[in-house]
Amino acid sequence: MDLQFTAEEDAFRYELRAWLGTAIASMPVQPQRDDWTARRRYDAAWQRMLFDAGYAGINWPREFGGRGATPTEHLIFLEETERARAPYVGQNFVGLLHAGPTLIAEATPDQKAFHLPGILTGEHIWCQGFSEPSAGSDLASLSCRAMRDGDDYVINGQKIWTSFGHTADYCEMLVRTDSDVPKHRGISWLIVPMGLPGMDVRPLRTMEGSTEFCEVFFDEVRVPVANRVGAENDGWRVTMVTLSFERGTAFISEMLQSMELARDLAELAKRITRNGATAWDDAGLRRDIGRICAELDALWALTKRNVSQAQRTGVVGPGGNVFKLAYAELRQRLGDLAMHLLDRASLSVDDIGDLPSGEHVHGRIHALSLGIAAGTSQVQRNIIAERILGLPKDR
Amino acid sequence: MDFELDDDERSLQDGIRSFLAGRYPMTAVRAHEETGAAVDRDLWRALADVGVFSLRADGFGMTETALAFEELGRALANGPLVASHLAAGTTSALVGGAGDGTRIVGLVEPSEPVTVIEHLASLDDLLVVRDDGVFLVDPGSVVSTPVAHPLDALTPISVVSSLPTGEQLGGAELSASLRRDGMVLTSALQLGVCLATIDLARDYALQREQFGRPIGQFQAVKHMMADMLTKAEVTRAAVYAAAVHLDGRGDDADVAQVVRAAKVLAGDSALFCAKTCIQVHGGMGFTWEVDAQRYWKRACVLDTQFGNSDHHAAAFAAAL
Ligand SMILES: Cc1cc2nc3c(=O)[nH]c(=O)nc-3n(C[C@H](O)[C@H](O)[C@H](O)COP(=O)(O)OP(=O)(O)OC[C@H]3O[C@@H](n4cnc5c(N)ncnc54)[C@H](O)[C@@H]3O)c2cc1C
Repeated sequence: MDLQFTAEEDAFRYELRAWLGTAIASMPVQPQRDDWTARRRYDAAWQRMLFDAGYAGINWPREFGGRGATPTEHLIFLEETERARAPYVGQNFVGLLHAGPTLIAEATPDQKAFHLPGILTGEHIWCQGFSEPSAGSDLASLSCRAMRDGDDYVINGQKIWTSFGHTADYCEMLVRTDSDVPKHRGISWLIVPMGLPGMDVRPLRTMEGSTEFCEVFFDEVRVPVANRVGAENDGWRVTMVTLSFERGTAFISEMLQSMELARDLAELAKRITRNGATAWDDAGLRRDIGRICAELDALWALTKRNVSQAQRTGVVGPGGNVFKLAYAELRQRLGDLAMHLLDRASLSVDDIGDLPSGEHVHGRIHALSLGIAAGTSQVQRNIIAERILGLPKDR
Repeated sequence: MDFELDDDERSLQDGIRSFLAGRYPMTAVRAHEETGAAVDRDLWRALADVGVFSLRADGFGMTETALAFEELGRALANGPLVASHLAAGTTSALVGGAGDGTRIVGLVEPSEPVTVIEHLASLDDLLVVRDDGVFLVDPGSVVSTPVAHPLDALTPISVVSSLPTGEQLGGAELSASLRRDGMVLTSALQLGVCLATIDLARDYALQREQFGRPIGQFQAVKHMMADMLTKAEVTRAAVYAAAVHLDGRGDDADVAQVVRAAKVLAGDSALFCAKTCIQVHGGMGFTWEVDAQRYWKRACVLDTQFGNSDHHAAAFAAAL
């Protein structure tokens, strides 16, 4: 075992760092949190800059337009972009992290040739239409129906929690193509252009009051059979490819951001005074911050183990579930600590003067979703207990 | 000793609960949010009519009052409930018109890193509680900035840049007693939050199905909810003990510690129950529509009032 980077990896890092220094300076100011159209433009502009500099699809194979970086280089990329406070992957998330990799693994040459460039350049935004009102943790029970009619599928049903559904161009969608077989065996994976006749996209308000995700209703929506990826009724297997990508790298950037936030909290505590002493004079608070920083550092080390494993075996192992569960819980504790430190200032979702309430309160609320999105913490525990420890299922 | 509700206490609590269910159901709470959350004066007077502000002035004790406030917390009633109740006084009113609901009275304790006042735009009078005394201030004379996006949409807040001195109503002793009573009543509101979120989570766990069964059948979900109930019941005991102590029917425990314990337990439990309620609801819990988030936000607000749980845990330790 060795945590030191090779000379090539270091070279990759320094070249990237130099580029980031100039690239970020040329980005426009960040749009408002709830202006999704402006955010789309912003995210796309950043993706285009990455593309032009050869950093788009960092871990995608070269033959499909990616950089073909190793998992370690990918890790360095995430670390450096976070360090430089570069824009996030934002609305390119689904395209770059789910749909793109799935297309690379499973799509036809024509599908790849058409869709991959749009994702890499930021021209096309994708959303994920998996969950349904009755199919969340039990995703395989989904019932949104696609019936064959000549060269088309005709879709009827509903999706929910479709993040970026209102700004996306394409949806990676799971539909039921056979209801007479066990639930996992009657699902297909479709590329669905957004805005087709019969589709109704309704923004769904989150607890932050924002419209980050949508409900999407389908009434006799026609999609060419040619838009199916993988064989008919083989969509569950196709999906599993996608989901393992999600757990692998999706949370690394934000965990790095949490590491900074936790350190910022120490600085904030030194500035906040109460009863004549600073908050930092409180040994209990110092211990809490110390413990959280230590645990975040350990999760960063775990990430390196996960990446190394992926580098050797090509798949994200059980460490992905362990990371997701541990991070979701830790991020909530970090948020709680920040709220307690800000005390009355935490009652505002915007900054108050030079007190960073906005960042910490939004972060705290976001943390509540981490135990739910992409597999709830209870489901993660089931997976860890059953798939890793080999305990019997109770379902 | 009989540390269980008697018939009168039970019927008082039931009365407040059914009043709130009729007059301020969750549909009204949500509608209120959309119209800016200014305190509704008709509702305020109706609350006064059932005695919410004048219970102790009318001869009831802290015990009955805490039971009423538990229901207010459960119903997510908004407005400066504790402040107006304190202003109505016990033997004599601190602020005239607080008890009958004709005047809406708020309260602020200057604090660090910022001083924040809830519901400032709706207030007729403001009590400023400082270590050395209690002062009455005209809310219109406070120099402040309203916050554009308060965490709890039902609790508008303003950040104070300058607070006039105002007219002194009493000294350090009054200040200490208002703080102590305020802590207990706030704990009662927090207990109400715990109990409401347990009901919400339970209803959802019975009705929501995944993998062909109600999610309440999964042990993981049962355990989350059993933890909520355990915390809520321990909290209930602490809050009731504090109220009973203030009525002079306590045991030989130190009253100040009993009151602190209530605020520590209630602060932590309300936050725990509300966030667990969100978790039990899965993705639905993260939506605006589902009330779980409203309770979580209210739990955040209540924790900061009259000192948060960290503050009182430290004070408890300091007194050991
Ligand atoms: C912010 C956010 C963004 C999202 N974005 C998308 C998106 O873009 N596309 C998309 O398709 N989906 C998206 N989702 C949906 C997400 O994947 C689901 O919310 C999640 O899978 C949980 O499903 P559910 O909401 O139906 O909860 P449920 O499955 O109903 O869960 C309710 C409760 O029951 C528990 N539970 C369920 N089954 C079990 C079990 N077997 N054992 C123990 N406990 C169990 C859960 O842990 C939870 O506490 C998003 C969700 C959020 C919060």
